[in-house]
Amino acid sequence: MSKQAPPDAEEAGEPETTQSPVTTGSESVIRALENEGVEAAFGVQGGAIMPVYDALYHSDIRHITMAHEQGAAHAADAFSVVRNEPGVCMATSGPGATNLVTGIADANMDSDGLLALTGQVPSDMVGSDAFQETDTTGVTAPITKHNYFASDADTVGDTVGEALALADEGRPGPTLVDLPKDVTLGETDAEPGPAAPPETTRPQYVADEDDVQTAADAIEAAERPLLLFGGGVIKADATDEARAFARDYEIPVVTTMPGIGSFPEDDDLCLSWAGMHGTGYANMAITHTDLLIAVGTRFDDRLTGGIDTFAPEAEVIHIDIDPAEISKNVYADYPLIGDAGIVIDQLDDAIDTAPEADEWREQVQTWKDEYPMDYATPDDEPLKPQFVVEVLDEATSDEAIVTTGVGQHQMWAAQYWTYSEPRTWVSSHGLGTMGYGLPAAIGARIAADDDQEVVCVDGDGSFLMTIQELSVAVREELDITVAVLNNEYIGMVRQWQDAFFEGRRMAAEYNWCPEFDKLAEAFGARGFRVDDYDEVADTVEEALEYDGPSVIDFHIDPAENVYPMVPSGGANGQFALTDDQL
Amino acid sequence: MSSDDDLPKHGLQGPAPEERPHPEGRRNSQGIRIDPEAEAEHEPRRAVISALVEDDPGVLSRVSGLFSRRQFNIESLTVGPTTVENHSRITMVVEEPDPGIDQIEKQLAKLKPVISVGELDADAVRTELVLLKVEGDDPDKVHAVTEMYDGQTLDAGPRTITVQLTGDEQKIDDAIDAFRQFGIIEIARTGYTALARGDQATVPGEKPGTADEPTQPTNAQ
Repeated sequence: MSKQAPPDAEEAGEPETTQSPVTTGSESVIRALENEGVEAAFGVQGGAIMPVYDALYHSDIRHITMAHEQGAAHAADAFSVVRNEPGVCMATSGPGATNLVTGIADANMDSDGLLALTGQVPSDMVGSDAFQETDTTGVTAPITKHNYFASDADTVGDTVGEALALADEGRPGPTLVDLPKDVTLGETDAEPGPAAPPETTRPQYVADEDDVQTAADAIEAAERPLLLFGGGVIKADATDEARAFARDYEIPVVTTMPGIGSFPEDDDLCLSWAGMHGTGYANMAITHTDLLIAVGTRFDDRLTGGIDTFAPEAEVIHIDIDPAEISKNVYADYPLIGDAGIVIDQLDDAIDTAPEADEWREQVQTWKDEYPMDYATPDDEPLKPQFVVEVLDEATSDEAIVTTGVGQHQMWAAQYWTYSEPRTWVSSHGLGTMGYGLPAAIGARIAADDDQEVVCVDGDGSFLMTIQELSVAVREELDITVAVLNNEYIGMVRQWQDAFFEGRRMAAEYNWCPEFDKLAEAFGARGFRVDDYDEVADTVEEALEYDGPSVIDFHIDPAENVYPMVPSGGANGQFALTDDQL
Repeated sequence: MSSDDDLPKHGLQGPAPEERPHPEGRRNSQGIRIDPEAEAEHEPRRAVISALVEDDPGVLSRVSGLFSRRQFNIESLTVGPTTVENHSRITMVVEEPDPGIDQIEKQLAKLKPVISVGELDADAVRTELVLLKVEGDDPDKVHAVTEMYDGQTLDAGPRTITVQLTGDEQKIDDAIDAFRQFGIIEIARTGYTALARGDQATVPGEKPGTADEPTQPTNAQ
């Protein structure tokens, strides 16, 4: 197991008396993080951020030096998913800050709490196109909840505290504080006060009672009710309430991809996740439900397909803490603004009798039998990726954390691994960031308990995008297992080219791919290569047992496609199961 | 390790797409469940939206950036200080269907510097200012038309005359039509600025009227 010695977190807002007083803006920045119990930060050094790193020198906060700032942002993002608290990443001005941008945008799309601290050129040089100057707050304004330009050493600590609190408040998301070098070097004895989010952003946690009653009446009257759990259920720490609600009223559950783990997938009521590559039965249930009870989801187009054919028979109850998500993509007949856990409890109190839905539950079961998630393993075809995912799932505990890149491998990892716990599925959903998996595994490893396995299911294309972070895993002695489902393609693009571009495989085919097992060894990690079914289980076992980073290069069937598939903009119920149905 | 015999040999099952049961219902492009026979889409309409904001650096770019990245159709935007230090009021005229106007308000409310935001009623006090520079060949007639629209002459040179007019959009449009006969050289319109009528607060939660009493922020709705 990795060396993990996170310092004892202080109680929020109560700095230890042994701490030396703040003397500079930088020390105030770090003090603000310490006050809030921040245990780890991910980052890369550089000129304008050096004063902040200097203040970190005496701090107990564990800093993980990443190979690239994008990796720092993804690692902090994954840390936040696993811990359900904001992750912290740091970078210098200019290229350091712009390299964070993909990770910040990723966190923004998936509502992951993230605080980015960026160095900036001294205030009097801002606007002069100084060395490594970028308008960081300008660049990141559209992809943050809010960002701050620190202007004063006396208040910079409070600003960082506010940014951290805002990242975590209500619907989580990324915030950024841009730190000019004169502010961080500036003398101050101002200790940061208790961190509080800004007054203008306070969310509503409790839904209107009358609205709750109307929605509860609709649930009682429903004949074909369906729960849709989004990532918001997990963010709100409401999986207990959500699970109890579904079971008490025996309402079938579909999740979104970020909602994976909110409800155990091996439960009879669970239909797994819906959408473009979701299960046939989940998509059939969405197509035929008469009351969709959606919790903490923003109805992304990869979930809904074409809006005009989404849940066409259903009235929609939409529970969300962000009022702007209500009726943004799908009109909510019963909007309930508030915290997922609180509103589910409110609904529970307001419902007198469970909906009578025996027939519906039987129908749902029929669909489960009609559209099982299966795959073929003919003797004359190479290793199937689905099989690899199933073996990995078998070999690990229910608490094991899976991170992924983006593409076919991500879909197989989501389809064929059976998830039962929240915060064990760590992926890039909304932004679809190839290369997320490896740095996310690093962040997840730092955040996870020692006995939780961390497995990165990656694709060859995604792995190559952030492979340099393997050096970090080796240096920090992190116990992670990378399973590369290698088809020597940008596989999802290849699948689309075959389906929609008459097989013209432009820029999706690698005519040469590195030997990842040898590359892993060169980095100092363990490397394995697997070509055949009978090597899979033993190699997985050996890699998992190795106490450090390991990479298994699975050479899988390059022709394998991801099914079911709802073509982009299509109807959920019209998913294709084979190439010729597209 | 399981032998090949243990592996599933079949592929995905189930009826083909066209053989599955399909419901008859439908939603419109705004996600609203509809009767296909009935009117399906909301028509765009004009709305005046007022936002009380903290005078943070960059607040205007945050607001305008939001409009552009979410493709909200904005006709005009004015901004100016209020009686409360560090608070500004932004007045926007937008043209969107009802769901779009609702989104604009909600997305604006999410911005950290936005204290409160709301759409103004149809009876709100609203006015626009326009500067018109016309050919100065016939100063008397220009003067007469200016008087007719309660305008003021701000500059009269040998070749051009610049007048100022205020009023609602219809009046300004009419006036511009009337001035066309002289040859309009340049024009500058501010777009609407507006306040709620009477005792009503212009934005929800605002305590109007007192300079020394801080405006009450409201929760973002």
